[in-house]
Amino acid sequence: MKCDKCASEATVHEVRIQGGKKVERHLCEKCAREEGFAVQSHVTVPELLGQLIAEQAAAAKSEIGVPTAPIDPTKIQCPTCGTTYGQFRHSGLLGCAVCYEAFEAPLSPLLQRAQEGGTHHTGKVPKRLGGQRAAPPAPAKAPAAASGLEERLRRLETLKKQLNAAVAAEQYEQAASLRDQIRRIESPAQESKG
Amino acid sequence: MPRSRRSSTSRRRACATRSAGSRARPRNRRGNPVSGAFESAFSAAALRRGAPWLRGTGPDSDVVVSSRVRLARNLAGLPFVRKAGREQRDRILSLVRERAMSAGVARCAATGGGGQTERMLWLDIHRCPALERTLLVERHLISKEHAKQGGGGATAATPGQPAPKEAAEAATEAAAASASAGGEPRAVAITLPDEQLSIMVNEEDHLRIQVLRSGMDLDSALDLTDSVDDALEGAGEPAHGADGPGLEYAYSARFGYLTACPTNVGTGLRVSVMLHLPALKLTGEMEKVKRATRDLSLAVRGYYGEGSDAAGDFYQISNQTTLGRTERAILDQFEHQIIPQVIQYERHARRVLVERRRRVIEDQVLRALGVLRHARLLTPEEALTLLSQVRLGIYTGLISNVPAQTVSQLMLLTQPAHLQRLLDREMDQNERREARADLVRQHLAGE
Ligand SMILES: [Zn+2]
Ligand SMILES: [Zn+2]
Repeated sequence: MKCDKCASEATVHEVRIQGGKKVERHLCEKCAREEGFAVQSHVTVPELLGQLIAEQAAAAKSEIGVPTAPIDPTKIQCPTCGTTYGQFRHSGLLGCAVCYEAFEAPLSPLLQRAQEGGTHHTGKVPKRLGGQRAAPPAPAKAPAAASGLEERLRRLETLKKQLNAAVAAEQYEQAASLRDQIRRIESPAQESKG
Repeated sequence: MPRSRRSSTSRRRACATRSAGSRARPRNRRGNPVSGAFESAFSAAALRRGAPWLRGTGPDSDVVVSSRVRLARNLAGLPFVRKAGREQRDRILSLVRERAMSAGVARCAATGGGGQTERMLWLDIHRCPALERTLLVERHLISKEHAKQGGGGATAATPGQPAPKEAAEAATEAAAASASAGGEPRAVAITLPDEQLSIMVNEEDHLRIQVLRSGMDLDSALDLTDSVDDALEGAGEPAHGADGPGLEYAYSARFGYLTACPTNVGTGLRVSVMLHLPALKLTGEMEKVKRATRDLSLAVRGYYGEGSDAAGDFYQISNQTTLGRTERAILDQFEHQIIPQVIQYERHARRVLVERRRRVIEDQVLRALGVLRHARLLTPEEALTLLSQVRLGIYTGLISNVPAQTVSQLMLLTQPAHLQRLLDREMDQNERREARADLVRQHLAGE
């Protein structure tokens, strides 16, 4: 779609109701900036960070909160080949198969972006593992089925690790989505009301 | 200044380990020892037959020059190439060689691809002289990185960014520069005489299994890479010792085939086509195509690879995402939805050009033919650009007395290493420009 003001590709789309009528605007990044739109995200980065930090602190205090000291993902090191996440970010290359596990938290959002949302392999499987096609991942459902406290704790722990990593990797969209997921698990009652 | 690299003996060392061991090696006219296997596979006579993938045949070959399918694989329990020490790389090499040169894989290559595979050639790239490695790059049998790699692995020195104009010649020089170093163990296995399958060992990943075909032919190329992949794994074979153990790949249930760069993880599959799009370029539509293909997460590169401008209006388009979709889904969208649209678009642009601007286009393509028939000095890029024009002339019916095959053949033979191999001597840049123009005149004269 073209920008309303110039011939570039529009990246910002706005829909407003003005006088009962729907008004649509489509702007390219440059024109949007000139018009005072925040292009990157609806929340500014410091705002988002502030929110996240506050929520983490709250989570750490809450009884089900699993304290997760903020970790610097660039220091995460693969136990097998010694590659650090920082080195990977620098070279773009991993050192060994175990790196995928060691860096799973910070790597996941990166991969998801590079792979156009692809998160799980659904293709060929080596013959030694049966050669059956991998099953597509179950749709990421909120842990409704897992009502047990233990399951929720485990899920929260994972999400918070991913959140830390996403913030450190400056994946703010991902971070915001993770934050929302954490919020839903921490106060499921609230969600059902809204 | 004396060119010391000319006298280096190590660079001239033969690189085919499957050459007949102690049998006397043939010598070329200048007395360079050349491995028997390489000599027969890539003799001047063999080169004159062209490359099978560049025959200019196959479906949609008016627009699609060639199709390529590549699978990236790594062995379980060993670090990726960049982190592997010399001993580990040696081990990777011997594990893959034992398997790749086994009867199972050869049989699979011979029966699986409709080619005429008679045998497989194994070349230790780190022992190959520069010219041989560059020749393999020009024939698209190994990547430029694989030819260049010094001791430091995949990220080893990239000698000063070559000026795009002389990219091909710069590649020759760069390959020469790192030639005598020996470098870390790396290799390639190639099927002969069809050259349809090549398996690069210790490039960025332990294995890169590649199948190249003329025209639009990705389906059968995927079938062949897939069955070679199975054969390398030793699938369905009784575990008797004769064929060596099958390879065990690094794989995870979530991420699929694990690769050094996460942009290849999952299927490890890269499908690509080399397209000839002169009409879209001329009509200014190329930017649209580039934007559209990028929106679809495809990569568009020039003929000489990343960063280079599309010399001669040849573009390589390939998929970027490898995770989350099946191999077939990746290929189907590419082969049956996206690329046909680009092909139609180019054909439409050619028709429009010929209908509305016939005189201009005629002038352009016939001038190109005229220059090629009379030039006394040609750079590789100029040759490619003019050949591209002639190719357009052939497929729009404006040139009728030059076979498309001749153009394809010249695209390959005018490249630096091919020229030197054809004439059986090393030449500097200026000598090559003369030889290139002579060769082109010979091929286009009588017609
Ligand atoms: Zn604009
Ligand atoms: Zn590692």
